[in-house]
Amino acid sequence: MNLTLKIWRQKNTAAKGEMKTYKVADISEDMSFLEMMDVLNEELITKGEDPVAFDHDCREGICGMCSMYINGEPHGPDRGITTCQLHMRKFKDGDTIHIEPWRANAFPVLKDLVVDRSSFDRIIQAGGYISVNTSGNSQDANAIPIPKENADLAFDAATCIGCGACVAACKNASAMLFVSAKVSQLSLLPQGQVEAKDRVLNMIQQMDDEGFGNCTNTGACAIECPKEISLDNIARMNREFLSASISK
Amino acid sequence: MATKSGFLNTSVAKKVAMALSGFFLMFFLLQHCSINMLSVISPDAFNETSHFMGTNPLVQYMLQPVLIFGFIFHLIMGMVLELKNRAARATNYAYSKPGNCSSWMSRNMIITGIMVMLFLGLHFYDFWIPEIKTKFIDGDMSGMLADGSGYRFYEELIHKFADSIRVVIYVLAFVFLSLHLMHGFQSAFQSVGFRKTTWTPIIQKLSMIYAVVIPAAFVFIAIYHHLAHH
Repeated sequence: MNLTLKIWRQKNTAAKGEMKTYKVADISEDMSFLEMMDVLNEELITKGEDPVAFDHDCREGICGMCSMYINGEPHGPDRGITTCQLHMRKFKDGDTIHIEPWRANAFPVLKDLVVDRSSFDRIIQAGGYISVNTSGNSQDANAIPIPKENADLAFDAATCIGCGACVAACKNASAMLFVSAKVSQLSLLPQGQVEAKDRVLNMIQQMDDEGFGNCTNTGACAIECPKEISLDNIARMNREFLSASISK
Repeated sequence: MATKSGFLNTSVAKKVAMALSGFFLMFFLLQHCSINMLSVISPDAFNETSHFMGTNPLVQYMLQPVLIFGFIFHLIMGMVLELKNRAARATNYAYSKPGNCSSWMSRNMIITGIMVMLFLGLHFYDFWIPEIKTKFIDGDMSGMLADGSGYRFYEELIHKFADSIRVVIYVLAFVFLSLHLMHGFQSAFQSVGFRKTTWTPIIQKLSMIYAVVIPAAFVFIAIYHHLAHH
């Protein structure tokens, strides 16, 4: 298939970016979206032009690196997948595809389609962990009885890969789905409950400090999330925040 | 760390405060609608209830100020959050399809909210300001018509709905209120953390019922009095 690509090009964070138009020909519908981008970049390099910078790593939907806003949606026009899992069969011959980076003040553009998501790392550093003495005599986690329902909910929350699609999809650039998934995956388990109050307070404070917007419950984040993280997590985080604010 | 002194400065606390003021306003709306519906069922009962609400010290000096504060708080907090949220994305997408993943109502609460607040200006001009003037400036707490033939509230109501343009404005305002409530009702529950896979579908159905029935009742009352008396 032959396609027209309108891609955001920006030299660096300080530079003014713009949408540029490219043509790609003979794209197979079996290609992944990133393979299509590879084809474009090979052509650009052959012509002596600067290739389009974009994040990618595992290319199997688990690392959370790919981060394109494709035709008006994070990770493109499909549900429950990352950009690397998006296939060209989702498009038609002759289509025009718009490709932009995540847009949020807390995710500044580094180059072209690559954004700096280290704000997520700082939120995790603020409390997204459990403090464990790793001297070698730690208790076996499997020795602690955990209700199946809680284990499943914690696991569901833990599938969040931190790609930032929730922020990209939200009209307010809110990170609450990400933060709530990280809060939930730990606070649902006995090992995480010890520090649950400090965790939720500190992570929300860091989220606010990073400049993310507030949640207005549009639900766009959960729909666009490649791991289908539920809004139940945001409600749980809100409950935990209220409880911790009163008792701390 | 979110200290107690900084509680209301955190995003989640603002969201919860927005939800709580929303719950309060929705409760008020239900009560207002119930009293107004009396004007269709029994003008005498409507007059009696209006007189009670207009002269009872608890309602006038306790609940009414709380209500006004609730409205102003909801309005200002809504504006503050909207401005902060817009500022969180300085550069907008060149091409976006938000309709694929969220409802128009959820994305445009500020528009429907402002339209409702503008309507409230007219509503205050129509009913609240004349009421305050009669009671607290003219000093007439009797609630009676000038000729003393009975209570004035029902007569004032049907007089206001004589104007067709005013009725059209009222109907439009309640369409915006309905759109506001379709998202606001269920959103308030989510904000305070009242959500579970089992409860949420029920809350969403209740939200639609409330958002349609209450504004429709207000619209019915306006049209009924316009057609029945003019």
